[in-house]
Amino acid sequence: MFSESIKMSWQNILNNKMRSFLTTLGIIIGVTAIISLITIVQGLQAEITGRFAELGAGKIAVQAYGTPLKQGLSDNDIENISRIENVAGVSPNLTFISSVARDGEVLENVHIEGKNHTFFRYNPNLVSRGRAFNILDMESKNKICIINQAVAQKLFFGEDPVGRKMQIGGTTYEVKGILNEDATSDVMSLMAGTGSDYRIIIPYTTAMGMAGIGSVSSLEIYVSDTDKTDEVIDETELVLNQTFNFKDGSYRIINLDSLLETMNTMNDMMTAVLAGIASIALLVGGIGIMNMMLVSVSERTSEIGLRKALGAEPVSIQVQFLIESIFLSLLGGFLGLILGLLISWVACIAIGMAFRISYLAIFLGVGFSAAVGIIFGWAPARKASMLNPIDALRSL
Amino acid sequence: MGKEILSMRDIVKVYQIGDEEQTVLKGISLTVYEGEFISVLGPSGSGKSTLMNIIGCLDIPTSGTYILGGRNIPELDQKQLARIRNREIGFVFQSFQLLPRLTALENVELPLIYARVSPSKRRKRAEELLIRVGLEDKMYHRPNQLSGGQQQRVAIARALANNPTLLLADEPTGSLDQKTGKQVMELFRELNNEGHTIIMITHDPNIAKYARRIVKILDGSLIEGTEDDVFREH
Repeated sequence: MFSESIKMSWQNILNNKMRSFLTTLGIIIGVTAIISLITIVQGLQAEITGRFAELGAGKIAVQAYGTPLKQGLSDNDIENISRIENVAGVSPNLTFISSVARDGEVLENVHIEGKNHTFFRYNPNLVSRGRAFNILDMESKNKICIINQAVAQKLFFGEDPVGRKMQIGGTTYEVKGILNEDATSDVMSLMAGTGSDYRIIIPYTTAMGMAGIGSVSSLEIYVSDTDKTDEVIDETELVLNQTFNFKDGSYRIINLDSLLETMNTMNDMMTAVLAGIASIALLVGGIGIMNMMLVSVSERTSEIGLRKALGAEPVSIQVQFLIESIFLSLLGGFLGLILGLLISWVACIAIGMAFRISYLAIFLGVGFSAAVGIIFGWAPARKASMLNPIDALRSL
Repeated sequence: MGKEILSMRDIVKVYQIGDEEQTVLKGISLTVYEGEFISVLGPSGSGKSTLMNIIGCLDIPTSGTYILGGRNIPELDQKQLARIRNREIGFVFQSFQLLPRLTALENVELPLIYARVSPSKRRKRAEELLIRVGLEDKMYHRPNQLSGGQQQRVAIARALANNPTLLLADEPTGSLDQKTGKQVMELFRELNNEGHTIIMITHDPNIAKYARRIVKILDGSLIEGTEDDVFREH
């Protein structure tokens, strides 16, 4: 009985190929729009999240502007912060500009960064050759440095820089390692945007002595449990408030996780708005289906009358027409699904990001089109089932 | 005489046309026994189509009782009426009413589908019926590949599908020429001889005479008559 209804519906759609196709076009467009939008936006979101996770997940940045009395954070303050629960490590940032030289070759205005061993522990692939700094380098304020390829090419052309000496601001330093430029640089340095091709890192304790500064104005806190980020921030605020005597604007805490959250919320909102617009197309498509079903019912009035005379119950007539409209819209849904995935695949290649099939999009596309078929097919099917068989037979 | 299969008492049908009420059937009583072949003869506008719709359970009377297969039809709902039409009545229409997209075989299967007969049994039964009406070589033809007489035979096979209590034919020769009309009437005769009860509605006395019993309907009332009466009055 049910399989007969399916067979009859299918035959009817095939008998009116052109009309059926034009009718489903609305559904095809709606589902295509929904699926490609969701797939692309979700892909973007995943991409952004992934990059953020690489760069800065589980990291809190602190900018200490200080007060007239206390310019920045001392070693003692850093020690206090690193003792906070769930803090895995603290890495201070120190930047100053100096000239560097070797054998008469001079580079002016090079950004020199002061970092500690913790920084290298959390950016393990940063040093491609030679070695990173360790805690002993910090304590004994060793005059060593790690340089990038640009500096190596300029000052050590044709030589292996590791183990050789160079001058930074008139002091002799030994090159201990080469920076791996391909490794993901940390997001903080990116944001700070030194803008220079040359990059030299020295132990931050050495840098403090060299630059003649007694305090650190910027540091990063590595959190051991990312679920506890908020607690760590609260604790850090407590420490910083005490350090700077509760003065407003003396410091700023930037949480990358919360930044990511904001971005995701924005993405979600965008998805919702776009899907809302696309569902208008689906609504229009549904009205198209309803129209075709109404035409189909009036075209087949005598057939309905005959079927009723032969013993079809109202329910079986209704089911038959309902199946037909669900079929039509599901057909549109599947075509839209294929088209939508195709479009988003092409778009992903064009944007240059990984193509991810969104199961939510597939579920929405197919679910929506089936729902449209039922909702917009209901009234015509009901109309067909209520036809008076006598009037229906007479209409031939 | 066989057992009573259909009994109508004081059937009245009133149609509301605008503000006016029109009484189409004015208290019709009719009893039909198993194995009968009855013609209901009447001119157009006499109410014979309305009577046929009521007999066929397509319409319900305004008042009166109509017992078919032991049930009072006016008390039944749409679903039950559909069941009665499916199991108890086989319709033969003037314009054949075959579905053009389906083959002869599939057309005959339709009532069997609604009776929820399994596909294999359905096919077997439809084949038997088409053989019975002499269309064993036309089973896979569509209606437009068949002549009028052949189409009406398919329709008769379809009417017989669920082995109904009653064959109800409405002007079965109305769309056929005289020769094929005669052949169709011969088929009805044979079916009656095999035990099928038949009610035929017609305006044509020459067709009505194939029946064993003739009732005339005139202006909404029934008059029992014989072949002779009929011919005298026409």
